[in-house]
Amino acid sequence: MKIKSPLEVYNYLPRTNCGECGYDTCMSFAAHILDRSAKVEDCKPLVEEAKKDPKIKEKLDELLELTAPEILEVAIGTGDSAIKIGGEEVLHRHELTFFNPTAFFYDVWDTLDDRAIDERCSRVVEYRKFYVGKFLTLDGIAVRCTSGDPKRFREVVKKVAGYGKPMVLVSLDADCMKAALEEVAETRPLIYAATEGNWKEFLELSLDYNVPVVLRAKDLDVLKSMAATFRQAGVKDIVLDPVTDPLGEGLKGTFERVIQLRRTAIAGEDKDVAYPIMVTPIAAWLIDGDEVTKSYWEAVIASMFIVKYADVMIFRSIDQHVVMPTITLRFNIYTDPRTPVQVEPGLRPINDPSPEDPVFITTNFALTYYTVESDLTSGGIKGWLLVLDTGGLGVEVSVAGGQFTASKVKELIEETKIAEKVNHKILVIPGLAARLQGAIEDETGWKVLVGPMDSGRIKGWLENNWPPQD
Amino acid sequence: MVGLATKKFTLDEFLEILKKYNVEELEGVTIEGDLEIELEGSAIDISAFSSLYALLSEFSNFLYHANMALGYMQRLSAMLGIPTPSIQPAAPQVPAAPEVPAAVEAVPELRIPEKLIEAKFEPYKAEYPASIEEVTIGATKADGGSRDYVVTLGGEKSLAFYTFDAEQKHLPAIAIDVFDRKPMLAKAVRMHYEDVLEDPAEWAKKCVKKFGADLVTLHLISTDPLLEDKPASEAVKVLEDVLQAVKCPIIVGGSGNKEKDPEVLEKAAEVAEGERIMLASATLDMDWERIANAAKKYGHVVLSWTQMDINNQKTLNRYLLKRVEMPRDSIVMDPTTAALGYGLDYAFTNMERIRISGLKGDTDLNFPISSGTTNAWGAREAWMIDSPIEGDTPWGPRELRGPIWEIVTGLTLSLAGVDLFMMMHPGAVAVLKEVFNTLGGRVSGGIADPGEWIFMEG
Ligand code: B12
Ligand code: SF4
Repeated sequence: MKIKSPLEVYNYLPRTNCGECGYDTCMSFAAHILDRSAKVEDCKPLVEEAKKDPKIKEKLDELLELTAPEILEVAIGTGDSAIKIGGEEVLHRHELTFFNPTAFFYDVWDTLDDRAIDERCSRVVEYRKFYVGKFLTLDGIAVRCTSGDPKRFREVVKKVAGYGKPMVLVSLDADCMKAALEEVAETRPLIYAATEGNWKEFLELSLDYNVPVVLRAKDLDVLKSMAATFRQAGVKDIVLDPVTDPLGEGLKGTFERVIQLRRTAIAGEDKDVAYPIMVTPIAAWLIDGDEVTKSYWEAVIASMFIVKYADVMIFRSIDQHVVMPTITLRFNIYTDPRTPVQVEPGLRPINDPSPEDPVFITTNFALTYYTVESDLTSGGIKGWLLVLDTGGLGVEVSVAGGQFTASKVKELIEETKIAEKVNHKILVIPGLAARLQGAIEDETGWKVLVGPMDSGRIKGWLENNWPPQD
Repeated sequence: MVGLATKKFTLDEFLEILKKYNVEELEGVTIEGDLEIELEGSAIDISAFSSLYALLSEFSNFLYHANMALGYMQRLSAMLGIPTPSIQPAAPQVPAAPEVPAAVEAVPELRIPEKLIEAKFEPYKAEYPASIEEVTIGATKADGGSRDYVVTLGGEKSLAFYTFDAEQKHLPAIAIDVFDRKPMLAKAVRMHYEDVLEDPAEWAKKCVKKFGADLVTLHLISTDPLLEDKPASEAVKVLEDVLQAVKCPIIVGGSGNKEKDPEVLEKAAEVAEGERIMLASATLDMDWERIANAAKKYGHVVLSWTQMDINNQKTLNRYLLKRVEMPRDSIVMDPTTAALGYGLDYAFTNMERIRISGLKGDTDLNFPISSGTTNAWGAREAWMIDSPIEGDTPWGPRELRGPIWEIVTGLTLSLAGVDLFMMMHPGAVAVLKEVFNTLGGRVSGGIADPGEWIFMEG
């Protein structure tokens, strides 16, 4: 975003403080534009005025331009499953946040038999991994033309489109690509790829069918030249592939190209390369070795570039030892560092507890919650875990900051009706919340036991303290 | 990193070495039973590896130099006990060269230009005013110690592996954990460590010789008042044994007990005089002054450990510098490692911010960073047999998930700037070494045509 202060945004706004955008003042709205939690279009008066007055329209366009993300945002697919890539502002997540998580596409190819294609597509569509309160899923399918036959490619692309996921179409042959686009262009697939050899045909295809296109070149001068050429010819949605070399010096070179592209776009303000970047971990399947070797290395390449700037990736392996670490890493890297990750407050029964088992309380900071929960679960401890809403703060912090209070504990006890589920009134609190012991007892009427400082020690602690002596 | 001159092998020598191992014995090996993580006191004993990783790792050392990048990984699957069909490298499908119309017959429409607009990519240049301190662990005879080589951390002038900005003299080093008392281990683990569990010196040897550790971290957990409460003077005898047994640089850790650790580490510093070990760790909530003073007095390095808070890290480092007057070349920081999926985002960003501050000239923060990467094994995805969550896609064989969890945790933090990794899984150690050597520009070669995946079948 070229604008650096709310005041600059403010100058473009109607300045009536009408509140239609959902913020009390234009100034407040301006501040939210700056951290990208609000969109310029949310100022309805401005949008409406622009429709009537060409002068205001000009101002609006100028503001849109000035507040556009540093890296172009590109949409792949349509409807509910459509995904956005790019749209990034910063080089390091602590400087603001990263916005659109790296999109994961999984490989099918048209010389596979139909059953195998269906099997792979179903695995992508059905994939679920529970994490921090929700199921993580995979984004789309990359269909490669290995047959060299436009008819077959078209047929397979049509079949894959039936799964309703965004697609990347992979073929360097313009005839094959054209055949596929005739079938599925309206689903807005990303086409891969224009190269130094075929760029004219691919330029034409992307214009004719109005689809986003990947430009592929190892030489960054060529890549930039292609981007400038496509842009000037009227192609809006461009993605850059600086070529993923999977091994040795080659991989080292890829690392450098990806970083230089993104850094030059953001810090060097080079608009001609300010596009989303594609990395292809699937290239790991070109190295010598068995499937485990290749898939491990595929996960390694992917991880490297999830951290460093890839916006879209094509994978071969849909196996868990590749998907689970990469999908988790993506979540971690793209988590907004300005707001702590939280879990749902409430009651979690652990290991099928009975009414005799202890009641514990912890906070809803995801890190704390998952540490405690897995300590209990894996320690084979049966119990009831109350999760207090501390706004995503850990135990030590929230006790000090007043988000962990006796009255909130009381509310939680009432809301969860825990008293009806157990035949005692004993609550185990974290060692780091010891100073609330008296207050909680007074407020709730429950007996409070101070547990260990570290939930990893609950097991040993229970041996001496549960069931309670008196 | 490792100050020892790298030994070069010819291919013949290498094959000779291979012959010494009965490679056939490796086939069909599986890891059985549950991986258990036993929490006892503050100590965590984590291990679940086939001793066969030994071979893997030893091979890998040669492999780097024989420039057979990744060859070792071919063995990974066999070691992990996952039978995989041996795949015949299919003759690469030669791509039909994209049909570029030779002489353009059809006149292209106007909007398609004849030629590419010529543009030159000018890479943005980044330069930082400061650099990270160089800290050497270990001392050779020449410097009054008895180590065969030393390990130097730090010295960066740019972000990790940004060698296009500035040279990176030292790549990250890897230390493997050793414990001074027989830990409670799962059967599957015990099975492979049976020969060394009772003997930290042998354990250390195994880490170095078989698993390729650059350094060894000896955790004196028997000193924990909640365990044996072994007196410091007795516990450090094990340190003397380990110093005898292996000639790599050594790190010594306490039990994590706030009251006892200062005494234990002080004693360790005394008996290791001249060896330039690293004392792990000084923290804000224990007598850091006593620990750092011991390090200073006997010429050791101190690990400054804080819990994911850049300001606390600054505070503790400043105490060490100003109050103890620790030499600047004798401090390493551990800003705390959280595993992939369990707070890695905080750990990554905290470390990245610390590193950037250091490079920008914050002299309270420009020290090498250490990471307790073994923490990755605390993540249930690494060790649990399958997902406890209904509706999850099955998690697949954990023999494959565990090591990659440690690898991805370490790899991510290496990009944040970590200089020293404390790890336990030999497979993870081998892969991370390969990553560091690759990004550090020490692995030559690549593959012929990286575009071949576009056409590959199967
Ligand atoms: C979590 C943790 C770990 C985790 C890290 C995983 C992760 N996700 O980060 C695991 C279990 C893997 C771990 C490993 C180790 N750790 Co540790 N660890 C901690 C701990 C508890 C918290 C740090 C943190 O992230 N805090 C942030 C948030 C999440 O904490 P929180 O909200 O307060 O929540 C915690 C507690 O309040 C409590 N809790 C929360 N809710 C509830 C509810 C109930 C009912 C109860 C009873 C408790 C409870 O449990 C929560 C998590 O433990 C600290 C001690 C501390 N209190 O700070 C030690 C600590 C940092 N670890 C320590 C040690 C020694 C280790 C090990 C070296 C042990 C060993 N010898 O193997 C290993 C390192 C292995 C290696 N190779 O590096 C020492 C460091 C001592 C030192 N200065 O040298 C510390 C200070 C503990 C201690 N005093 O003994 N550790
Ligand atoms: S809608 Fe527009 S004019 Fe109204 S308060 Fe918001 S920014 Fe101001």
